[in-house]
Amino acid sequence: MDGMHDMGGKQGFGRVVHRRDAPVFHAAWEVRANALYSLAVKCGVFNMDEYRHAIERMTPQHYLMASYYERSLTSLATLCVEKSLVTREELTQLAGGAFPLAMPSAPGRGNRTDRRVFVPGDQVRVRDEHVAGHVRMPGYIRGKRGVVISQSPAYPFPDAHAHGVEAVDEPTYDVRFEATDLWPQGAESAQVHVAVFESYLEPDAGS
Amino acid sequence: MASVEQRLDALQTVLHRQGMQPAEFIDTFDELAHAHWVPANGARLVARAWTDPAFKALLLSDGMAAIAQTGLRMPPHHRHFVVLENTADIHNVICCTLCSCTAFTIIGLPPDWYKDLAYRSRVVREARTVLREMGLDLPAQAQIRVWDTTADTRYMVMPQRPDGTEGMTEEQLCALISKDALIGVALI
Repeated sequence: MDGMHDMGGKQGFGRVVHRRDAPVFHAAWEVRANALYSLAVKCGVFNMDEYRHAIERMTPQHYLMASYYERSLTSLATLCVEKSLVTREELTQLAGGAFPLAMPSAPGRGNRTDRRVFVPGDQVRVRDEHVAGHVRMPGYIRGKRGVVISQSPAYPFPDAHAHGVEAVDEPTYDVRFEATDLWPQGAESAQVHVAVFESYLEPDAGS
Repeated sequence: MASVEQRLDALQTVLHRQGMQPAEFIDTFDELAHAHWVPANGARLVARAWTDPAFKALLLSDGMAAIAQTGLRMPPHHRHFVVLENTADIHNVICCTLCSCTAFTIIGLPPDWYKDLAYRSRVVREARTVLREMGLDLPAQAQIRVWDTTADTRYMVMPQRPDGTEGMTEEQLCALISKDALIGVALI
């Protein structure tokens, strides 16, 4: 989905607030939020793709206003309700106030049947497609051309894995893009490497 | 609206009712996050690579095999560990534009700024400016490579070994290597 989480290339955020040896956590509840969603993954309540997708499904207003760990706990809560560990009403009652959750999911999808294997040096194009459910293709590479540098081991296909859809594992390709191709006249020179699932790629017709 | 603490209390109750023993796991997690998933792990890999050419070759060609050799571990969903060597001409920097993915058992959980919207949105598009603003002013001829962690392949930057460290032990070298350097937003 083209959600608010897809931050790559968005403009207007200003300087990165950085200091040396910056902390991971700022409060005890943040450790607790991280621990509880990790526990749910460890116990098999949901997988990491489902976890990520439930964050992506937060309304854009909530996503932008929430701190990082509030997004974690919202995903955990949403999935606990969707997996019937608790009802929304009971959760509100237990929390003693409103408990905002993420929006419902659109259907997922399986692997593309016309996907093909690439080798290092292949010129590829990211398919120009819009996926309603979970997808790990950042919007800034959609339809863009790059070159395959290497191949990874096979992973669960996120577009299926986040939705309980049957699919086979597939590799990702380390694809190198030029920032100036990704944002013509709008980027500084750099090479941007993205791990792109096989189903997201097609041969570059121009090569 | 319930506070974040109240919402977490509610979730902890839900997991407790499922028999998942959340209170115990919070303590376990706290210990892992603060004492085991530390950048000293990655620093050890880099320091050893700086002093042992065979290990460096293994680390760069098969990161998973290299970490297995040192007794370090990654979670089951991380299946590929790629180490990116900085040179005089190439500077690597890692990010996750979609969330906050990192090789957290090796370089530590991501620092706050790595998860912030400013870093996630800007570093892929204006890396040189972002790095300069963060205190790293790279020479004009350095090629910047930005690695966006969009799958479960995990990355770590191998910084350049600084001059004047020839006589140092692996342990002394380790102490020089920061989490920022392993992410690629600082030199050593």
